[in-house]
Amino acid sequence: MSYKGKFRVWRGDSDGGELKDYEVEVNEGEVVLDVIHRLQATQTPDMAVRWNCKAGKCGSCSAEINGMPKLMCMCRMNTFAEDEVVTVTPMRTFPVIRDLVTDVSFNYQKAREIPAFKPPADVKPGDYRMQQVDVERSQEFRKCIECFLCQDTCHVIRDHEENKESFSGPRFLMRIAELDMHPLDAADRQHAAQEQHGLGFCNITKCCTEVCPEHIKITDNALIPMKERVADRKYDPIVWLGNKIRRRPA
Amino acid sequence: MATGVSAPGRAQIGQKTLRTDRWWLAPLRIGVILAFFVIYATVRIFMNKWYWVDAYHYLTPLYSPCVTSSCVEGSSHLGTWFGNFPRFVPFSLITFVILAGFRGTCYYYRKAGYRSLFFAPAACAVPEPHKSYSGERKFPLVALNLHRYFFYGALVFGLLNVYDGIQAFHGKDGGFGIGLGTLIIWINLVALWLYTLSCHACRHIVGGRLKNFSKHPLRYRYWTFVSKLNPKHGTFAMTSLFTVIFTDAYIMALSAGWFSDLRFIN
Amino acid sequence: MTELERHTYDVVVIGAGGAGLRAAIEAREQGKRTAIVCKSLFGKAHTVMAEGGCAAAMGNANSNDNWQVHYRDTMRGGKFLNNWRMAELHAQEAPDRVWELETYGALFDRTPDGRISQRNFGGHTYPRLAHVGDRTGLELIRTLQQKIVSLQQEDFEATGDYEANLKVYAECTVTELLKDGDAISGAFGYWRESGRFILFDAPAVVLATGGVGKSFKVTSNSWEYTGDGHALAMRAGATLINMEFIQFHPTGMVWPPSVKGILVTESVRGDGGVLKNSEGKRFMFEYVPDVFREQYAETEDEADRWYKDPDNNRRPPELLPRDEVARAINSEVKAGRGTPHGGVFLDVSSRLPAEEITRRLPSMHHQFKELADVDITAEPMEVGPTCHYVMGGVEVDPDTASSVVPGLFAAGEVAGGMHGSNRLGGNSLSDLLVFGRRAGMGAAVYVDSLQERPKIDEADIDAAATEALAPFELEGGENPYSIHQELQQSMNDLVGIIRKEEEMEQALGRLAEFRGRIAKMTVEGHRQFNPGWHLALDLRNMLTVSECVAKAALRRQESRGGHTRDDYPGMNAEWRKKLLVCALDADGGVNVTEEQQIPMREDLLELFELDELKKYLTDEELPAK
Repeated sequence: MSYKGKFRVWRGDSDGGELKDYEVEVNEGEVVLDVIHRLQATQTPDMAVRWNCKAGKCGSCSAEINGMPKLMCMCRMNTFAEDEVVTVTPMRTFPVIRDLVTDVSFNYQKAREIPAFKPPADVKPGDYRMQQVDVERSQEFRKCIECFLCQDTCHVIRDHEENKESFSGPRFLMRIAELDMHPLDAADRQHAAQEQHGLGFCNITKCCTEVCPEHIKITDNALIPMKERVADRKYDPIVWLGNKIRRRPA
Repeated sequence: MATGVSAPGRAQIGQKTLRTDRWWLAPLRIGVILAFFVIYATVRIFMNKWYWVDAYHYLTPLYSPCVTSSCVEGSSHLGTWFGNFPRFVPFSLITFVILAGFRGTCYYYRKAGYRSLFFAPAACAVPEPHKSYSGERKFPLVALNLHRYFFYGALVFGLLNVYDGIQAFHGKDGGFGIGLGTLIIWINLVALWLYTLSCHACRHIVGGRLKNFSKHPLRYRYWTFVSKLNPKHGTFAMTSLFTVIFTDAYIMALSAGWFSDLRFIN
Repeated sequence: MTELERHTYDVVVIGAGGAGLRAAIEAREQGKRTAIVCKSLFGKAHTVMAEGGCAAAMGNANSNDNWQVHYRDTMRGGKFLNNWRMAELHAQEAPDRVWELETYGALFDRTPDGRISQRNFGGHTYPRLAHVGDRTGLELIRTLQQKIVSLQQEDFEATGDYEANLKVYAECTVTELLKDGDAISGAFGYWRESGRFILFDAPAVVLATGGVGKSFKVTSNSWEYTGDGHALAMRAGATLINMEFIQFHPTGMVWPPSVKGILVTESVRGDGGVLKNSEGKRFMFEYVPDVFREQYAETEDEADRWYKDPDNNRRPPELLPRDEVARAINSEVKAGRGTPHGGVFLDVSSRLPAEEITRRLPSMHHQFKELADVDITAEPMEVGPTCHYVMGGVEVDPDTASSVVPGLFAAGEVAGGMHGSNRLGGNSLSDLLVFGRRAGMGAAVYVDSLQERPKIDEADIDAAATEALAPFELEGGENPYSIHQELQQSMNDLVGIIRKEEEMEQALGRLAEFRGRIAKMTVEGHRQFNPGWHLALDLRNMLTVSECVAKAALRRQESRGGHTRDDYPGMNAEWRKKLLVCALDADGGVNVTEEQQIPMREDLLELFELDELKKYLTDEELPAK
């Protein structure tokens, strides 16, 4: 059940590079990452690739396979025909370091800009009481393995480098939603979601949801509810009028 | 300076997209459907005729409620609220604004529209052709945040449609009757209600905005119900689009006398 | 002089898994400038692989639970070889450490009254594991990661710099610890991305580098698990204990080959999954050892009743400690009652409704669906033992996590003693938190106690740099990938789950041969993100650790926990009193010596029935009552 697979892998660094063709052995039950590893062990020992768990739990081996953002460890070879050329490139939204490895520091920077969980002032450790139905929404978002594929595919920054500064991306807008839905979080996050993290950039075209390897419903369960929460505060004419009137004397 | 996937620092790859599947098929298909509906609806509302079948009290959803003095006799079963509209203004203007507004600001149609009509983006990991992008932050697109108000409107119109649907159990001799038209109207009603209730704004309003579900068990039940429908919102959106067109076309045909209704009872 | 970037810190934590992050949080909260150095990206550490949960006797699910019960379970699980003080601290402090996570923002699954839900697990008397579905490790790492970010945000408020007091050096490998006399003075390493050298000038180093699984072929561990911390500690003069005890997790995936070894969580069994051989028989009933006979069910009916009514029934034997289950599966397969791919069946599909399975075991469902094309709600899984955890590690002081080298601390999997000869499932996440915190605190106290800051000798830096670049110097030598594969195969075959004297002798012969080959291997390309080079450097560590494992395993003439000798099948109370200590000798070889265990404190001894103690202790050790 073994055959010679045709691979086209991007090799290079920030100064330039190219798609190079390789023929590699492919065995039954393998995933793209296995083949990349075989390539590394037999033909290209210095090929840079980032990976860890090989089980879709750590989110390290993000890349683009035949143009689609995917985890290499979760992309099975039997989804391709034997004579099909499999093209593997690094993620194309982040600066490349070398070969399949990109500089994902953008994401860590954005993570830092989101105020952390604010514990309730008067509840001691051990006294936290939360109902399962109240934690479930945020728990879905905490399944995120931070592979950053949603960030990679989001056209707001993929196609517009200049938006990187004012847009945190689906991963971190979802983080805001997670905290906003946390039953005990004491901070107000809705205004900042729109003003500082660029929720308004999102045009809910759902590519983040499409590529999520954890199948988190990022758009339906995090981004849209967050947009609606912002609308409560910002685009509700009654609230808006109230704020205007109240602000005037002050 | 090059931006997007060819921005400096990113892996330099000649092809804008390396997708090998037929990624253009879905946006094309949806685009054709949307364009067809827009053209069909525009033509239909400017026709100002063939919206009422007096014998069976069928009123097309595109003209419901018909509440101007210009409406043909019988079709204004909810009364006349306005005088004559000028000739070039469709009678169904209000209906159209609310329904088009509800669909136009709907999260599903926004996705479909952005992908198929504005290519922003046409498909995932396919670059969009626009030089800059500011999303829904500025006028006019910021107005899409008003979706919930159209939702309230759609609820009212949905109830009016139910009233129309009840009227449609009308026989030739004035008593009770059921025809194929009645059935089509009711299928459309179900599709419309599924679409309306599965709406994201509805999900938010019934319970999504709460921080603690456990303190509001009833609203949690509503939210759970809407949450079950919500993942199929897109399917309902497309189905109801077809049922509306089909219902309207069927009633137009009856009204114009192109063929007659198949009657089951009376 | 070697060209490098230099940083000065109070505490350097190597490893960004649960233990490392918890240590760093503590050190920073104690006011120490702290660096975290990790081989992968921040948040990718192996802790994410932990599935089942974090054991802590909070008593939420069963109010009979308390630290004493947890302590007893831990000691039994480790076959009484555990460092009893560590086991005591662990059982006492675990609940506080878990509750603390909630204040960092963790969202565990809940009980109906809103407290943290706890699940059953092998070897634990009561439902004890705080969990989030089957992705508890991810929750833990993300929570700690976010706590680090929150501390950085505080620093930003105060100083305008996020990284003023706490900085993560991601994708950075430490290759050598530096000393001033006896005491730690810093750490030397390189950036994986650029290959450039980096020096940390710091009086305290906390090792939190995890385990050694990558020395074995079939393993649930990732590439990072190359025993770096174990080897760094030895080269710095510290000692390792219990290295012969390797835990083979009973249930790893066996098919397809590319995912062989990947973990199938124990919660599958905790939630009702059963093990069957190819004849459809629930074979575990035949493998209950005498020491556990009284606590485990004898019939399928009783075992099944236990899930509903644990107070009046005994536990199913599928929930025996991991070493027992792993050996049982191994025997079934050897007897020819295995599955087509050389495992046994783990079936949950006939035991729970499909929705219940996807709710309780979402990531297992996902993992099998995506990797093996198996729907676990409809068909059984095929599973077999996989190298999972090393009980052995750096010999540390239980209270401060300090090694014998001043300034060198260790916590988590890299530290030894806590789990004795076998770790209970769920005890590792709590271990990380309890001893991570203690190591951070120990390091902070140590730094405060210093009269003078140890200095780095420039010559040591040059030596470390030369050593790191050695693989580039030779030409025409062997490729590190092939040596690594042979090493893994040898360890798997010869020092694996069942061990024999001749085989281990043979293994030691091969390891000596690898030592020669490793000295002569070559790496192609340049220093920028070069995985061949990285592997070459890690290979030295794997070799040292493998030697420890093989030598200690050869020396210990009994079977206990994660060490099973075909030629010495029984447990021997005399051996329980002995720890095998590994250290490096003058020419870099591994030396194994015996050390006496410190006898258990009397009040702890009294927690056990005399009859139970008799199974483990020698007559003179038994309490006089």
